[in-house]
Amino acid sequence: MNYKLIADISRSLLFARWKQTLVAAIGVTFSITMFISLLSFMSGLNDLLDGLIINRTPHIRMYNEIKPSAQQPVSLSEEYRDHYNFISKVKPKKERLEIYNNAAIMNYLQKDDRILGIAPKITTQVFYNVGAIDLAGAINGIDVEAENKLFLFQSYLTEGNYVDLKNTPNSIILGKGLSEKMLADIGDVIQVTTSRGERMPLKVVGFFQSGLQDIDNTQSYASITTTQKLLAESGSYITDIQVKLKDINLAPELALEYQNLFDLEAIDIQTANSQFETGSSVRTIISYSVGITLLIVAGFGIYNILNMMIYEKMDSIAILKATGFSGKDVNRIFITIALSIGIFGGILGLIFGFGLSALIDQVPFNTQALPTIKTYPVNYNPIFYVIGAVFSIVTTYLAGYFPSRKASKIDPVIIIRGK
Amino acid sequence: MDLKILEAKSVTKYFHDPITYQVLKEISFSVNRGDFISVIGKSGCGKSTLLYILSTMDTDYEGDILIDGESMVNKKEAELAMVRNEKIGFVFQFHYLLNEFSVLKNVMLPGLKSGKYSEAEVEHRAFEKLKILGIESEALKKPNQVSGGQKQRVAIARALINDPLIIMGDEPTGNLDKKNSEIVFNIFQELAEVYNQSLLIVTHDNEFAARTHRIIEMEDGRIIKK
Repeated sequence: MNYKLIADISRSLLFARWKQTLVAAIGVTFSITMFISLLSFMSGLNDLLDGLIINRTPHIRMYNEIKPSAQQPVSLSEEYRDHYNFISKVKPKKERLEIYNNAAIMNYLQKDDRILGIAPKITTQVFYNVGAIDLAGAINGIDVEAENKLFLFQSYLTEGNYVDLKNTPNSIILGKGLSEKMLADIGDVIQVTTSRGERMPLKVVGFFQSGLQDIDNTQSYASITTTQKLLAESGSYITDIQVKLKDINLAPELALEYQNLFDLEAIDIQTANSQFETGSSVRTIISYSVGITLLIVAGFGIYNILNMMIYEKMDSIAILKATGFSGKDVNRIFITIALSIGIFGGILGLIFGFGLSALIDQVPFNTQALPTIKTYPVNYNPIFYVIGAVFSIVTTYLAGYFPSRKASKIDPVIIIRGK
Repeated sequence: MDLKILEAKSVTKYFHDPITYQVLKEISFSVNRGDFISVIGKSGCGKSTLLYILSTMDTDYEGDILIDGESMVNKKEAELAMVRNEKIGFVFQFHYLLNEFSVLKNVMLPGLKSGKYSEAEVEHRAFEKLKILGIESEALKKPNQVSGGQKQRVAIARALINDPLIIMGDEPTGNLDKKNSEIVFNIFQELAEVYNQSLLIVTHDNEFAARTHRIIEMEDGRIIKK
């Protein structure tokens, strides 16, 4: 087959109507540009918002919950097995929040290769003493290194460094809102009282801002050892085990497994934060549908232009066929025209799309929730470019397919006799 | 040498729109190498229809067409296109040149399509053909920059590019003035006599027909005089 000749004829037809061609190509360019930048931006935002939750929240959290036993003694009794037992006013039994035998559990978890890492934690209620007033709040005792490695602790510190929490004995990192209420500055010593009435001075080494007012106004962080000291508990006391998985999708399954294995409450991130997953998938769907709509509209533009071109070039098509070009050749010529518009427009679109994304990346974006983010987030995922490229070619091919078929079916006799 | 290059065997054709009407009735004749034949007849007698059937562009007929001894019935569209490309040259009433290409390129297109020669050779041959027709000086102009008579000559050059067995013309002088008609006729005559080229020309022009070697006269879908 003589591809060079077909390419040659296609090129001539293209340039004979270069203004229309340009408009068609601009249509494709515009849609690909918008497609790329929209998806990059949307997915950047999604990653950011998901990151707020997914990066900072354990994939599985294990803890002891105070709740009534599911199995009351009477239902375990042989004697009353065949009876219906009604027990009213069931109360939870006295249970400690501590996770028993946590060293063994953590050892076991560390060997599980589905797990990326674990971080023990203690949560406890305290009062912050500001002069005569006590502010209710909570202290999270964390394994500073593990917390930073797994949950990017440093990324929400507005001031101070996370290692100070470990290096300075009896230190605390306060929530931003809390520090404003207490007028506490870095280096100041504040007093906290535990629920058991024990009082302890702690040195402020930093501030954090999570973006959630409720948390920033009440919570603070201290190292595990400091918290254990505060609670007058032994070095093995912890209340939570936070697990980060290699594959977040395994969380519900593993949570169930550990719950049965260790006889603890285990909650997975999907259950704890179901609204975020829904939000990001809806945003993704919206951006894809807008992008694809743009491309389809561009496809119709190409379809129109090719149709017009075929009407205009009826004579040329007829003579090409009369002088020995088959329907297939004519079809190829118009498909080549459509694809050239698609490829040319598409490549420009990818370049402009990258440019526009880079531009959005420079736009200042300051938010309370994310002290470390200064500009709009953009995700430069190459997959968007691949989708854009493939889609621009597929749409233009389809847009060219029907006009080309029409052109290939033109009967030269009718046109030549019509004159 | 009396070699049949084109033969029609009882070709019959109907038009179905708006009513079924037999336009060609059992037409049989043959063309030998070097024949310069004109087909005349009144409008509507079916002479153009016959030409399009002979040229393989119209495939809706009964009977058989042999070109170079090969039957054209049951050939696929792409195969027929090949036959048109290699064995038939066309000259129409209207020149049908592509304005996007130069005169030379227009002549070259069917040659490039056949792929028998390299591009350089095709270009050389196209130039030769233009020379025969005396328009080599217009080779690099665009078709819309040359005169009507010249356009028709370019169309003839295009018909010649693949050294066809036969040139078919549908009123090739129909759009031309006296002087240009004369030029075109002389070219045809020269092709027939000097180059032994077969020609089958449908025409209204009885004067033109009278000067050809053989006249086929048609009436009501039949050949009445060979």
